Order: sequence, then structure tokens, then C-alpha cells
Amino acid sequence: MNESAKISVKDFNLFYGKKKALNNINIDIFEKRVTALIGPSGCGKSTFLRSLNRMNDLIKDVTISGEVLIDNLPIYSKDIDVVELRKKVGMIFQKSNPFPKSIYENVAYGPKINGIKNKNELDEIVEQSLIRAALWEEVKDDMNKNGLALSGGQQQRLCIARALAVNPEILLMDEPASALDPISTTKVEDLIFELKKNYTIVIVTHNMQQAARVSDTTAFFYMGELIEYSDTKKMFTSPDKKQTEDYIRGRFG
Amino acid sequence: MRKKFRLSEFLAEKIIKSVAFISFVVIILIFVFVFREAAPIFFAKEKAAEQTETIQYETYGEEISGLEAESQNNSKQKTSTTDESTIKNLMGKDWQPVGDEPKYGLLPLFVGSLKVTLISVLFGSPVAILAAIFTSLFMPIKIKEFIKPIIELLASFPSVVIGFFALMTLATFFQNVFGYTYRLNAFVGGLAMSLAVIPIVYTITEDALSAVPNYFSEASLALGATKWQTAFFVILPAAFPGIFAALLLGFGRAFGETMILLMATGNAPITSFNIFEPVRTLSATIGAEMAEVVFGETHYSVLFFIGSLLFIITFIINAIAEFYVRAKLMKRFRGE
Repeated sequence: MNESAKISVKDFNLFYGKKKALNNINIDIFEKRVTALIGPSGCGKSTFLRSLNRMNDLIKDVTISGEVLIDNLPIYSKDIDVVELRKKVGMIFQKSNPFPKSIYENVAYGPKINGIKNKNELDEIVEQSLIRAALWEEVKDDMNKNGLALSGGQQQRLCIARALAVNPEILLMDEPASALDPISTTKVEDLIFELKKNYTIVIVTHNMQQAARVSDTTAFFYMGELIEYSDTKKMFTSPDKKQTEDYIRGRFG
Repeated sequence: MRKKFRLSEFLAEKIIKSVAFISFVVIILIFVFVFREAAPIFFAKEKAAEQTETIQYETYGEEISGLEAESQNNSKQKTSTTDESTIKNLMGKDWQPVGDEPKYGLLPLFVGSLKVTLISVLFGSPVAILAAIFTSLFMPIKIKEFIKPIIELLASFPSVVIGFFALMTLATFFQNVFGYTYRLNAFVGGLAMSLAVIPIVYTITEDALSAVPNYFSEASLALGATKWQTAFFVILPAAFPGIFAALLLGFGRAFGETMILLMATGNAPITSFNIFEPVRTLSATIGAEMAEVVFGETHYSVLFFIGSLLFIITFIINAIAEFYVRAKLMKRFRGE
């Protein structure tokens, strides 16, 4: 693994109040790769994901120590603008959460708050984002339909299109397919495969097969610690640690 | 596994049911009473005939019989004038219920009520809505848990106290500031009324904003929106039906209020659109005149008719706010 690290985490600890949720995490996440975070419920993988765009700032009593570097910039440093950070690091949530607005307005929201007012420019961004999210063909004829009226899988792809519209470099996905049926899941997975050509993707998943299918590297978290981090193929065939093997074989979790 | 008879449960259920039933019946009876008392103005003929026969004037010792006869004559005359065109009379432009030719024009009262209500909603709702946005979206939760109940307590503030405050303090203060002629007027009444409207609009708006699911604001923040952008472009539009309901309920509250307006508006039934002139509202009219009318007279029925109008209007406003708008709010979150 001698590629350039897009995200570099050093000695990272996170506390909820006094409870330690992440313990001394060190990890390098590579550019234009899919990195899967796996582990049992409550192991800290979602917390870790949300640390990468500082969504944990919204939760009370969260304190951190250590460093997270994105493109060699320490994102927890005082002179970092969180708003700018989140434009660069987009996020897809477990529960698809389109705004109660039209499909067009959903995708155009990000560019609009960034000050783009030109109608043609917005139209172009919306179309491109929907195409990249593999949703354009399905919705191009009713762009005024409420985003919440779409099916679950379409909603999730709409959320991806919305995140793409602000032109991020990194996409964080928190179990993006856990609430979807198998066909929609396949579509989202195909989409992730497409997106990794242009974006660095970090995906949290509960589904071992999904991690094996979509990711290039996999990180296994357990009890707030990073147990093992390696190529997905190696992780699923010959893991170094016994804990990893037990989890992957379904002995606990 | 045989069915057991649980006495305490049985009793509790029956008691709760009967209490609910009684309060329901009492409310229905109040409505029936108000409408029944108002009815004679539409069926004046039979009632008038009845009246002259049945009403016996009270006499104290040796009254002069001539005077009694005269007053009886008078009442006959009065009722006969209302027979002809009660409805036309109600449409009139003047409210002069006492006199040889009583005029029951509701127009000045309607204008008065609307004027004061609009003033109170226009002044009160921006304050209330901004305060709700601040408490709901920007205030730390610990302070919010303390502030919200306090503002809600304002809603249960006795309106006579607000009225007194307006009468003694606000009126003089604003007269000094603006220098208008009449110390008590629609403007002062409306401002005083807004003190009662604010807590209602505030608390319902705050509920509506807090009801917007957290994942909407998370999505917006994750896209790099600031807190204010999230509040104004995502949360406010999503909560809009609820805020509209809050405004309607505030409107209903102001429309039905009596005491504050009785004390602070000057009570002159004038039809004008100058906000610095005194007004008389529908509700204040009942409050001011009900104690002085002759039971069963046309004036009495007209006051009850006003009462029915107030009831119908506030009922419609509240019903829209409760059923239509809330249903719409929930639909919006489900994307229908």
C-alpha cells in the first residue's frame, strides 16, 4: 500500500462524556478507493465515519484528541471552516433523507446555498449529478415530484445525487443500503463501483458480502479499536487476527 | 385462564368515560343555549307577540301607573320596529342599541374586531416566530427546557392584568411617543392583545419546528450549509403548515378575547381604518352590554347572536388549524 493517503488519522480518541468510544485509531485511507468499515453494533465505526466530516460536533459532550488530516490539513484545527470541510467531505446517511421538496430542489439545494443562482448552470449541475447517481433516466420527466414520493432505493440515490452536486472529493456512506431491498441494494453497489473512479469512498456496512463486493480495503473495528486493516481480499481470505476471523465467519456480532 | 373481573379497572374506565361524556354534553348545551337565545331575532314576530303579553314589569310599592303604561307602550314600539327588517338592521353601519330607534349594525364591530386582531397578529407573530426559531434551533437544550415553559406560562396570564397594564401604562407611553388624539385606540388594544397572542404562536411554532425530523437538518449540514441556511431553507419550509396553524390559532385567540380589548380599545363603535382611533370589538360589546340589557329583548338576542358569530368564527379557525393544517404537516414529512 504505497499510494497517497487522502485521509490520514493519527492517535485519534473520541469520548462521549466520559465514555471512550474510539481508542487510539491510526489509519490511512487512500484516494479513489472504497474503504469499508465493518464490525459489530456499537463498535465505533459510525462514530469514526462521522468524525471525518465533523458531524460529531453536533452531538453534545463529544471531546476528541489526536489528529485527522485530509489532504494533509488537520480538520480539527481551530482555523478550519467546518462548512467548507463538509462541502469537501459529503455524507450519505443510513436512512435516506431527501428534503420534503421536489427532486430538482433537492439536488439544487447544495449549489444554491453555495451562491449559484444562474438557472442554466443549476439545471446542468442537477442533470449531471442525477446522471452520476444513476437516477436521471428514472426521474427526468418528473423533476417536480416530491423527493419523498420516490421509492426507498431511488431516495437513497437522490441523496447521493444531492451530495455529488456540491462537488465533494470524499463520500462517507453510513450503511447506505441497509434499509433497501436486494434489487435497490445492487443498484447502489453498482453506483459505488462507478463512483470510486472519481471519489474517495468510506462506507460503513453490517453486511459482510457487501463489504467484500464493493470495497478495496477493509477496516475491522471492535470495542472502539481498529483491530485490523488490510486489502479486502486478504481480510476475507486470511485475516491476521483471530477476532477478525471469528467476526467474518459469523461467530459473534 | 378464565376472564377475571378487575373492579378498579372497571371503575376507572367508567368514571373517565362519564366525565368525558359530561363535559361533552355541557359544551353542546352551551352551544344550544347561545344559539337558542339568538334565535328570536330571526323569528321576531311570534316572539314579539308573546313578549307583550307575558312580560310583567316589576313594581315597587305604588308606582305611577301612567309611567308603567308608557314604558309598556315603548317596548311594543321597539319590538315592532325590529320585526320589519331585523336582518337589514344587523347589516347597518351604526351600532346604537339604546335609543328610540335602536340600530344594531354589526359592521363597526366587525371592523373593530378585525382591526385589533390583525394588529395583534402582525405585531405578535414575528416576535413569536423568531423567538421560536431561536429557542428551537439555536439555544442550548438546557436553557430551552427552562425558557419554553416560562413563555408558555404567559399564555395563562390573566387577561384582565394585561388589560390593566395596557390601560395604565402602554396607553400613556404610546400616546407620548406617537402623539395621537385618543389615548385608548385600536393600536394600543392590538399591542396589548399581542402580549396574549405571542405565547400561543410561540409555543405552537416551536412545536412545529421541533417536530421536523433531525435527519433533515443533518442532511443539510452535511452538504456544507450553515446553521442559518439550514434553519431558513430546510426547517422553516418543512414546518410551514404548523406555523400557519400557529398563526390561525393566534388569530382565533385575539378574535375571541374580551377583557383586554374592553379595557384598552376605547370602545367606540366607529367604522374607520385609522388604527389610532378607538374601536369596539364584537366580544367587548357583549362584555360591556350584556349586564344592562332587558332579558328577552331584541338587544339581548342580538348580543347572543354576536356570541354565536364569535363561536362560529373561532370554531372554524381552530378547526382549520387543528385538522387541515396538521394533517398537511404530517403528509409533508411522508412526501404525499
